[in-house]
Amino acid sequence: MKPFTVLKGIAAPMDRANVDTDMIIPKQFLKSIKRSGFGPNLFDELRYLDEGQPGQDCSNRPLNPEFPLNFPRYQGASVLLARENFGCGSSREHAPWALEDYGFRCVIAPSFADIFFNNCFKNGIVPIVLDANTVDQLFQQMYASEGYQLTIDLPAQQVITPDGEKIAFEIGAFNKHCLINGLDDIGITLQDEGEIRSFEERYRQQAPWVFQPLQ
Amino acid sequence: MAGKTLYDKLWDAHLVKMRDDGTGLIYIDRHLLHEVTSPQAFEGLRLAGRQPWRIDANIATPDHNVPSAVAERSAGVDGIADEVSRIQVITLDENCEHFGIKEFKINDVNQGIVHVVGPEQGLTLPGMTVVCGDSHTATHGAFGALAHGIGTSEVEHVLATQCLIQKKSKNMLIKVDGKLGAGVTPKDVVLHIIGVIGTAGGTGFAIEFGGEVFRNMSMEGRMTVCNMAIEGGARVGMVAVDRTTIEYVKGRPFSPKGELWDKAVAYWNTLHSDADAHFDRVIDIHAADIKPQVSWGTSPEMVVPVDAAVPTPASFDDDVKRRAAERALEYMGLQAGQPITSIKLDRVFIGSCTNSRIEDLRAAAAVVKGKKVAASIKQALVVPGSGQVKAQAEAEGLDQIFTAAGLEWREPSCSMCLAMNADKLLPGEHCASTSNRNFEGRQGFGGRTHLVSPAMAAAAAIAGHFVDVRDLVRA
Repeated sequence: MKPFTVLKGIAAPMDRANVDTDMIIPKQFLKSIKRSGFGPNLFDELRYLDEGQPGQDCSNRPLNPEFPLNFPRYQGASVLLARENFGCGSSREHAPWALEDYGFRCVIAPSFADIFFNNCFKNGIVPIVLDANTVDQLFQQMYASEGYQLTIDLPAQQVITPDGEKIAFEIGAFNKHCLINGLDDIGITLQDEGEIRSFEERYRQQAPWVFQPLQ
Repeated sequence: MAGKTLYDKLWDAHLVKMRDDGTGLIYIDRHLLHEVTSPQAFEGLRLAGRQPWRIDANIATPDHNVPSAVAERSAGVDGIADEVSRIQVITLDENCEHFGIKEFKINDVNQGIVHVVGPEQGLTLPGMTVVCGDSHTATHGAFGALAHGIGTSEVEHVLATQCLIQKKSKNMLIKVDGKLGAGVTPKDVVLHIIGVIGTAGGTGFAIEFGGEVFRNMSMEGRMTVCNMAIEGGARVGMVAVDRTTIEYVKGRPFSPKGELWDKAVAYWNTLHSDADAHFDRVIDIHAADIKPQVSWGTSPEMVVPVDAAVPTPASFDDDVKRRAAERALEYMGLQAGQPITSIKLDRVFIGSCTNSRIEDLRAAAAVVKGKKVAASIKQALVVPGSGQVKAQAEAEGLDQIFTAAGLEWREPSCSMCLAMNADKLLPGEHCASTSNRNFEGRQGFGGRTHLVSPAMAAAAAIAGHFVDVRDLVRA
């Protein structure tokens, strides 16, 4: 996982509530057995006018001229501004994979769906919850100013606007630690291997039916 | 000190340790795997040189990419026409073989939708922690289990460590008291609940469904309700253990037997919220207020009773909701104010992890028996949730009832719920679907999904448009 410390990047809008993970990456692309290469199909049904197919070269597909990510001003964006309940629906981790592959390293919204929120941290994406009014202000500032950039200072837990306004955000200490250091949390959990083993032995005595062989 | 909720009890029973940052390390009892969300996790294990922590915690079956068409299915995995789908199913087979994980393969009679297979095999047991790389894992909460969907990185984490790092959720109780009217089913109950709390209403909560309606509900009904907890924003939905739970679990292939059974039952009988347990949020709903439901929009919260009309965007006081409704009406090709019963349908889908169990098929068959699918319906699919459900339905003659009425009887798979196999809507088509999500494009590019119960879907297949199934029950 790529470490995340301070990011300064163009902000782009996904200006609707309840954006589901089917919208972020439609099901036909979930047939891939890889973790990478989902970026060209991020928001596929909104971004293109035709129906996308897995493995297709997207460079010649007809773009939806009304979809903001296709506007020249948002090219190269790495911060996504979104509305309530972003990432609801399916647990597919292909959603953060697609966002990351496209180039987004941060999503700012008033609220996120739980599973998506969790999946972001495993992929070097910072999901930032700010109150709805603040998010709305950021949307307005972004719309008003082409090339609008936000700075995400993860160690300081601040979103910094071009005017220098610093907006504090909350993040779990463990998630922050893993993001900043680019750590794989399996390795961290396995540091507790002894405790897991002793729990398992105790629990096996209490609930032996859980441990029946399946073969 | 206040008593514990069911969720608190399940959490405490599986807590390996609390960590310094306030998250818990939770032990996982059962891990279900399917072909879509597992390949990258297995690859991760291989790359890191890790082995699964406890092989017998894991059970796999392919479901999302598996064809439902009888002819395509008969040749097994090699017969899957879509090469990308075929590779994904083969990859699951290879990974299970490599690591020694038990799998019900494509043409095993026990294969099926993972959330149908777990319970019917007794692999899902009360009191367990159950996870799967699939958000509808909430289904298993019907057994008084702590069950939720996870991402692929967490699939790998569970394989490698048998644990998950979790933040404890808040407790929500949704209580439905009274008696459901004739023609009102568990699907209508959960759609009504989502209409009340909204699609983010349960975010951050574990929901317990309590009250008379759930006490009187069958296990299959409870699974339908818990299945859609995620559509209300909650990763976890649960129902307390009672006699109905125990009776369902008894005698299943992987349920404990003999002395082990007695010991298990003694523990399972403690799996309910204490009378003085504290819930952070309580929602009371009267059963009599629940009518058969139909979704009109592109989010599961956009749902109304069948005797209502498509709402006008102006009726939403919140600006974000109003814009969402406008966009949904445009996508769905519906007029504000038009009666739900005036919505004409092109296809009907009866299946999915929400509604593909035997009781669902019986309810649909009862409606179509001796009738014919309307000429305007291009296709009506019935897709049983597992090989076992299919066999049971055929033993009862339900397949004959469906085919005589003009519905297609298919092979177990996720099918048109998410259109990863060949079953999908064409742009602009309206579908009465017993599945769980009406998102844009969910059932096919440009497709228009209306979520309903099996009986409502069956009635719509006969009429060609939505009808109030209560009228059929009364007649």
